[in-house]
Amino acid sequence: MTDLARGLADPAHDAQRLFRAVLDGFSHPGRIVALPQAPAGVGPLSAAATAFVLTLVDRDTPLWLAPAFDRDAVRDFVRFHTGAPIVAREAEALFALLTPDRAATLDGFAIGSDPYPDRSATLIVEVPSLSTGPERFLRGPGIQSRTTARVDGLPDSFWSEWKANNALFPCGVDVVLTACSELLALPRGIVVEA
Amino acid sequence: MPDGAYNYAYLDEQTKRMIRRAILKAVAVPGYQVPFGGREMPLPYGWGTGGIQVTAAIIGQDDTLKVIDQGADDTTNAVSIRRFFARVADVDTTTRTEEATIIQTRHRVPETPLQEGQILVFQVPIPEPLRMLEPRETETRTLHALSEYGVMQVSLYESIARHGRIAKTYNYPVLVNGRYMMSPSPIPKFDNPKLDRNPALQLYGAGREKRIYAVPPYTPVKSLDFDDHPFEIETWEQCCALCGSKASFLDEMIVDDEGQRLFVCSDTDYCEERRK
Ligand SMILES: [Zn+2]
Repeated sequence: MTDLARGLADPAHDAQRLFRAVLDGFSHPGRIVALPQAPAGVGPLSAAATAFVLTLVDRDTPLWLAPAFDRDAVRDFVRFHTGAPIVAREAEALFALLTPDRAATLDGFAIGSDPYPDRSATLIVEVPSLSTGPERFLRGPGIQSRTTARVDGLPDSFWSEWKANNALFPCGVDVVLTACSELLALPRGIVVEA
Repeated sequence: MPDGAYNYAYLDEQTKRMIRRAILKAVAVPGYQVPFGGREMPLPYGWGTGGIQVTAAIIGQDDTLKVIDQGADDTTNAVSIRRFFARVADVDTTTRTEEATIIQTRHRVPETPLQEGQILVFQVPIPEPLRMLEPRETETRTLHALSEYGVMQVSLYESIARHGRIAKTYNYPVLVNGRYMMSPSPIPKFDNPKLDRNPALQLYGAGREKRIYAVPPYTPVKSLDFDDHPFEIETWEQCCALCGSKASFLDEMIVDDEGQRLFVCSDTDYCEERRK
């Protein structure tokens, strides 16, 4: 355990600051939110994805890892710092860490049900950049008329999958896109157009 | 009990994470009531435990907290909640709406327009807007799932038939983003228009029933009405006896033994600022 990456230096206060940044992101979809004092990323994970996991994942929230992230460094880190069960089936996960190529389809993750749309997964998708990709327009709750996002590295099929996900509202997955120590939230109700 | 006996902001970290996850779901599905597994708080339910749990899960040392009860910062309820957080969360408190980053409220929305970045936390006694019409939880859940709100339309229309207008003046039901019917908590219907496309984030916490719901910034919130009976807010012939406002929600006060009555702003901060 001596070479295990550190978790939050000051758990209560760091988690509070990080959560408020995540909440700011969910409240303003499409906005790039910097995570304050995010810890260093563990293994192949960005600082933002690592911080998100440390802030919101725990023993009550099964976590699914895309194959590229399913490494001892990540597994040991998640188990030690969060206690979350790492599950083999996407459908059992409440949180999932995805590479852009795995985000080519959103199939298989929990979308909740019409009576309980909250019983759905939140997908953290690591991308190379949140600001240098093709321009897309976002509308929906949290956005004053319309906003622009320039997420890079996602396959085109992610955006057609997103359209289908949005059509499931109030069911559907929520997506958090992460790069370096920043994130951008896409709650299920957000309409994205090219 | 010494402060060292508490975790920061009173709740333990696991409880905070659970409430935080519920808050994110609530923001993602505006107006939908997210169930959460709340812990018991050191206050009786009538004191706003749901709002306190939400505030405890979001508050940090950089925040400035305002607490109002019926618009006033100086009621026993508001003072004890403010003191509670000053002690367990080491935050600054204020009575000024524009200085606050978090405003916890019971029964009012401040008159001063809120800004982006502010969070308004409502204490909610009964989260289910359909509960008086349909006592069964499984039924109301189905109605929300289908967005089938005819039962409320019928109830409001019966009120028009009986009283010539919709008699409901508090806790007037709204539709959030055209999808979920929501209880705005027992605020006067005067405050309903302030919920619509507000730049601030609105979080609603119900302690007894353990529900959290939310309205994200800029989200449409429509008060239910009919083409021939459009939604209207209260108006007063009087203006505030202290500050002269004609635009604020007024409380009636009896000021002497002869029963002479005065009308004054319910929002004490708004009224005081206008008198400076
Ligand atoms: Zn006044």
